[in-house]
Amino acid sequence: MQAPAHTRALIEIDKLNLYYGTFHALKNVSMEIPEKAITAFIGPSGCGKSTLLRTLNRMNDMIAGTRIEGKIAIGGADIYSKEVDVETLRKKVGMVFQQPNPFPKSIYDNVAYGPRLHGISGRKQLDEIVETSLRSAALWEEVKDYLKRSALSLSGGQQQRLCIARALAVEPDVLLMDEATSALDPISTLKIEELAQELKDRYTIVMVTHNMHQAARVSNQTVFFLNGEVVEYAETEKLFSTPRDQRTEDYISGRFG
Amino acid sequence: MSAGVQQSPRPFASSRKSGNRLKNNLFTGLVWTVGICTIIFIIGLLFLILEKGMPKLSIDFLLGLPDEIMEGGGIGPALFNSFYVLIISLVISIPLGMAAGIYLSEFAPDNKFIGFLRVCVEGLASVPSIIFGLFGIVLFVEAFDIGLTIIGGAVSLAFLNLPVLTRVTEEAIRAVPQEMKHASFALGGTHLQTIRRVLIPVALNGIITGICLVAGRAFGESAVIILTAGVTTSGVMWDFNLLSPGETLAVHLWYVQSEAIVPDAVEIAEKSAAVLVFIVLLINLLFRIPLWLNARKMR
Repeated sequence: MQAPAHTRALIEIDKLNLYYGTFHALKNVSMEIPEKAITAFIGPSGCGKSTLLRTLNRMNDMIAGTRIEGKIAIGGADIYSKEVDVETLRKKVGMVFQQPNPFPKSIYDNVAYGPRLHGISGRKQLDEIVETSLRSAALWEEVKDYLKRSALSLSGGQQQRLCIARALAVEPDVLLMDEATSALDPISTLKIEELAQELKDRYTIVMVTHNMHQAARVSNQTVFFLNGEVVEYAETEKLFSTPRDQRTEDYISGRFG
Repeated sequence: MSAGVQQSPRPFASSRKSGNRLKNNLFTGLVWTVGICTIIFIIGLLFLILEKGMPKLSIDFLLGLPDEIMEGGGIGPALFNSFYVLIISLVISIPLGMAAGIYLSEFAPDNKFIGFLRVCVEGLASVPSIIFGLFGIVLFVEAFDIGLTIIGGAVSLAFLNLPVLTRVTEEAIRAVPQEMKHASFALGGTHLQTIRRVLIPVALNGIITGICLVAGRAFGESAVIILTAGVTTSGVMWDFNLLSPGETLAVHLWYVQSEAIVPDAVEIAEKSAAVLVFIVLLINLLFRIPLWLNARKMR
């Protein structure tokens, strides 16, 4: 399926099939995801939207028995080819998870974790990265005086923004958000949504959500999945106002899922 | 509902059958009684041991040489050997046990052979220590023919502790939430980096508890030491020679109580027991201090 014409595609997925053992989780998925925009994956539980998200940074590699056919290219490079270094790929494709998962370390050490993994150790350089990342994640003003305090002392919403800052600290091109607000209260959710809006000028964001209103509020494109297949992919406004497929219409009008 | 509350003079009085409340109170009382009895028993035991030995302790006794015939012998070499053997055995068993535990929790495939291996490790953890002593004899005294030595005792002790350390490390690492591991991988961390920077630090509390446990056990172990390091010391203080005979304090305690002919054997035994208990308590305390500090920082 084609990306909306006005932007350049960063991620190209071509005839992707994914199996967990004998279970066919993704069926012949093809799509182009434009850069510097927010693309939302929606669909009922078990429809494959999270699975597709996790193929983009190869987190599915960790699940034994996963088999993939087809091709995914990011910036023109096949991410499943032999010479790809998974660690470098994941540095370029950051991820925020459903549950805020900060390390039981200080706020500073959480953000500095990624850069340290990749060999940055200079105190000044790390200070700078920590500040920029926390500012980008709209958390700096709240924590700048408590950087040495445990990340676990933050509220759930703050923890999730810390996780975003941590992901941004390694300078990714793509940010994957796997139902990143589903464990948060409405106000924290709103903050993360606003943050995503700000970040899309600099990052390509792909978010999985089972909250249709969130997809409608935040995203530029929306992809609707059902049973491992892409049913419809369109600009968000179009998909929600004039869905082409009957199943999309049923889903967004709340008749199932 | 509100009408009912207003009409009744005591709206929140128990409406349950009084039998339930009685059972609850009885049970609470029972748990308290048993708990307090246990604590009194433990404190009483510690008090008895420490009270008999501690007041008579002196530097001369702690560092002095033992005497086979005359009164007033010390425990210096035995005390030194206790620490020496303990440290060598921990230096051997901690890296090996942790490595094996990390392997089992992070790398081992999920198959029947590994399952069997796990059962073996668990079994070894509960094998009586004297069996490890016999193994030590076969290995060091017979195969290597080096006699009863400090190194023989230390290595045999390390074997004794290895299964427990392996088990404890595996469990502690398994208990680290998967989400943290995924966070590290998603940031581009390798498996090694994730183990070093996330899994081990988070699991450290459990691992150190395990180390405390085996350190205390090793310090008080006698069967293995009697069979592999002997019931004598080289008779000089600060003897670092690995091939010297390596009687430890726990063995010395048994020895003076059952074999020795010195007139003050009972007093030596009492004082040794007090030192032994005191040091085991101290080991537990020392290992915990960094954990407490860490926990306070991470609250």
